[in-house]
Amino acid sequence: MQSFAYAAPATLAEAMDILASHRRRKLRTQILAGGTDMLVQMRTVDKAPRTIVDIKHLKETNRLAVAAKETYVGSAIPGVTLAANAKLAERHPGLVEAIDLIGSAQIQGRATLGGNLCNASPAGDTIPAIIANRGVCVIASARGSRELAAEKFVVGVGKNALKPGEILLGLKFPRPAKGTADAYLRFIPRTEMDIAVVGAGVSVTLDKTGKCTAARVAIGAVAPTALLVPEAAKALIGSALEPEVLAAAGAAASRASKPITDKRGTADFRRRIVAVLVRRAASIAAQRARGN
Amino acid sequence: MAKVHVTTTVNGQPVEYLCAPEQSLLDVLRETLKLTGTKEGCATGDCGACSVTVDGTLVCACLVLGVEANGRSIGTIEGVADGENLHPIQQKFLEHAALQCGICTPGLIVATKSLLESNPSPSEEEIRYYLAGNLCRCTGYDKIVRAVQDAAATMRGEAA
Repeated sequence: MQSFAYAAPATLAEAMDILASHRRRKLRTQILAGGTDMLVQMRTVDKAPRTIVDIKHLKETNRLAVAAKETYVGSAIPGVTLAANAKLAERHPGLVEAIDLIGSAQIQGRATLGGNLCNASPAGDTIPAIIANRGVCVIASARGSRELAAEKFVVGVGKNALKPGEILLGLKFPRPAKGTADAYLRFIPRTEMDIAVVGAGVSVTLDKTGKCTAARVAIGAVAPTALLVPEAAKALIGSALEPEVLAAAGAAASRASKPITDKRGTADFRRRIVAVLVRRAASIAAQRARGN
Repeated sequence: MAKVHVTTTVNGQPVEYLCAPEQSLLDVLRETLKLTGTKEGCATGDCGACSVTVDGTLVCACLVLGVEANGRSIGTIEGVADGENLHPIQQKFLEHAALQCGICTPGLIVATKSLLESNPSPSEEEIRYYLAGNLCRCTGYDKIVRAVQDAAATMRGEAA
């Protein structure tokens, strides 16, 4: 029978070898980044022994670059490091807002952007913000690497698109076009330290006249996975983001949502609130875009 | 089960230990190293009673594996005082009676130290947000916030 083991590979090649050799021997592995979800799950719902593969020592998962063409955020970088990066916050303010909303200072010291995505909670705060920012997952696989749009990465509650033996190395975001800004809002019944009842990430691009030329609207906690809502973006594009346009985008998001009723809120409440949050997040993103 | 040999630094002292791969740093500190100042509250990262620093970053020791401490530098409540001399944060927690049962206190002091190292003059709101990950079921937090404000003033060299 397999027993618990721990590996902290220093290179990606070594990490891939560990995953591949375990697969060949039909032994279970699990990737560890910040561990704020994974370690709790390992002690409560899924206690089976496995080899824990810590990816915090890899160059690829620790790289943070806010570069000319794109932004790259390694999957093992904790929130505290991302929130302190002024360049990242300037380029993707809504994404950094979403990161900063997660957990306490202690959680921020460990929790990572890649981990929030891989954990694939319907309410994961960064996921709508990643999608709104046109995030692309950079995945190491046995045959090299592949890329996958973030909106396709989460495939169900707690389920992601990683195949056995693959590692999410980081997220790429294209540099936002001139006149682009994003925002993320969530609803919780208190001021912080809570799980989103509804979340909304919006990115808009405005031309010199204030007309919206591109938009991305993503919503969270209102379906099994965060959803990209092209209908909501369509409502925004071509307009000057007048109040009735923002309301139409909100209504489109509400129609696209498939919420459930649980202890955090009813389905009806979520359908209403998602419209409000999309409207407000679009308004904040537009305000920021006018300043860019 | 194969135990892992770990070489680390705890409160500035080199330390070696053996731990199980799945064992938390909290368990190692309390059970193996007998550093019982760090408390276990929830063991799920919600209460902050096990707050420690890893390479200067504030974390919950329950959400760190003991094996992850290899090559790192760990800071616990036992490293806060200077020998017999209490740290100003500890002194002010005493003076303001910012504790009752005491279970949350080591975590709050470690978290406060981390806050004041990066922000020597936090506003009340900043203090309350930063310490939101440290639950106290006794005090109602007000005395804690006052103790932190007073400690910050003392550490800035201002007369209270």
